[in-house]
Amino acid sequence: MYVYKHSVTLDIAKCKGCTNCIKRCPTEAIRVRDGHAIIKEDMCIDCGECIRVCPYQAKKATFDKLEDFADYKFKIALPAPALYGQFDELDDVDYILTALLECGFDAVFEVSRAAELVTEYTRRYMKRADVPKPVISSACPAIVRLIALRFPYLADNLLPLVPPIEYAAMLARKEVLETHKELKDEDICVLFVSPCPAKISYVKNPLGVKKSAVTGALAISDLYFKIRAKRKEIKDPQQLSKTGIIGLNWAGTGGEATSLLSDRYLAADGIENCIHVLDEIENGTISNLEFVELNACNGGCVGGTLNVENPYIAKARLRSLRKYLPISRNHPTEEAELPDAIFLDDFDKILLNTGASALSEDRLTAIAKMSAVENIYKTLPHLDCGSCGAPNCHALAEDIIKGEADEADCLIKLRDTVGKHGQ
Amino acid sequence: MSECVNFHFDIDGDNFTSAGEASVRIKKHLRDMGFSPETIRRVSVAMYEGEINMVIHADGGSADVNVYVDRIEIILADSGPGISNIELAMQEGYSTAPDNIRSLGFGAGMGLPNMKRYTDSMKIESEVGKGTTIYMTVNV
Repeated sequence: MYVYKHSVTLDIAKCKGCTNCIKRCPTEAIRVRDGHAIIKEDMCIDCGECIRVCPYQAKKATFDKLEDFADYKFKIALPAPALYGQFDELDDVDYILTALLECGFDAVFEVSRAAELVTEYTRRYMKRADVPKPVISSACPAIVRLIALRFPYLADNLLPLVPPIEYAAMLARKEVLETHKELKDEDICVLFVSPCPAKISYVKNPLGVKKSAVTGALAISDLYFKIRAKRKEIKDPQQLSKTGIIGLNWAGTGGEATSLLSDRYLAADGIENCIHVLDEIENGTISNLEFVELNACNGGCVGGTLNVENPYIAKARLRSLRKYLPISRNHPTEEAELPDAIFLDDFDKILLNTGASALSEDRLTAIAKMSAVENIYKTLPHLDCGSCGAPNCHALAEDIIKGEADEADCLIKLRDTVGKHGQ
Repeated sequence: MSECVNFHFDIDGDNFTSAGEASVRIKKHLRDMGFSPETIRRVSVAMYEGEINMVIHADGGSADVNVYVDRIEIILADSGPGISNIELAMQEGYSTAPDNIRSLGFGAGMGLPNMKRYTDSMKIESEVGKGTTIYMTVNV
């Protein structure tokens, strides 16, 4: 079985065993056992909510370092558009792109360039007659995994096109191989500069593409000070940016949806809002929608936990950066209406890779177990206090039946028992 | 070993904004028991429409979901005004929902027809002034 490699991890030494994260996790993937948190890997969607809420910085994202790739002859940086929103008094993206070169990259390829192409292909895909509507964006990996885990019925609605990060890596390799005839594909490493752990997980788990063109993922926060220092030295930046308004807008909520030039869209952000919207779509209560853009982070990608700047400040900066830019600077040159390379392979497999939450594979056993869960649940206090280490009483009842917890873990029940004995 | 599990929900008639929550909860339980996405959707839509109906027309009620290996039964019971003409109520587009509810996008007259469409069998027992009980079954 495929083992999903997570980027959200726990530093046990820092974890105090408080229950902040278990209550905040949207998929109930965290428990506190033996005084510290554990993450249930088959349930985690790498959204980063626990990183945001942990008061002790015990939850963190693992990412690659530029030094890890010293052996490659040629290094390409793939900056996410959210990166540009991190710097103040910036009036030209080229300062940041030139600074990336100064940091040790041999070339840069903006993810926003690929985003403009994905936008155009999405418009074409939406015009096809047999497309299940609303089409749901697959750009946020945390949302794709959330749909796989909690909303499998909506899996067919996911946009089956490669996300901009992957398409950018494919195009970047192609461009470099054409201009540097001495290089072979294996000499090149393509490193994504990521605003969030979910996209790092995407790089580690290249599902939906046979072989990802992205080699590794760095964190915006890790490169920030280096880029900032280099930028100050730059007097005359190279002309590198080839992005328009549409590409930059992808950094914030609504950027992808509005670029489709249809007003029948919904754009939401924040994981709880996204879950609510998906429930409504599943119930069929929102009609007439063509496209749904969902971002796990508040504000969109600028809200990812690997950024350094507040998402709304970053968004305001991006707004001033896009001034005087053309609407879009990247247009498909392929002859095909929708080239094969733009489609994800084995998309179904990504989605079949989940479902680990079932109590048993055998339905009769699962029903019997659920019945036992309900019986235990009835005896619990229904306070959902979290002091047992599970996010709520129902989750504790499930854990007890799975053999992972004990009724004595419930402190409220224990208190009542002790109280009775004392009388 | 029990071959049926029951889930009971009290549908709060005073709180229109929480209508639909039982449907969300039953979805999770069915997922935990490994039912297919299609089955889960049929049950959750039928539940959702029923919940909304009970809140709009009957000041709330109760929902019971019995899960068997081969079928899922949904029983919705309320002590509301009852349905005087069931045949008429089953017609698509027929609604007696008040204007304030319609302004929220409800009251399109699709509640009962959708419940029938998404389930394999549906039976309505209703007495004017006493209340309504709806039995639905989704075969697996």
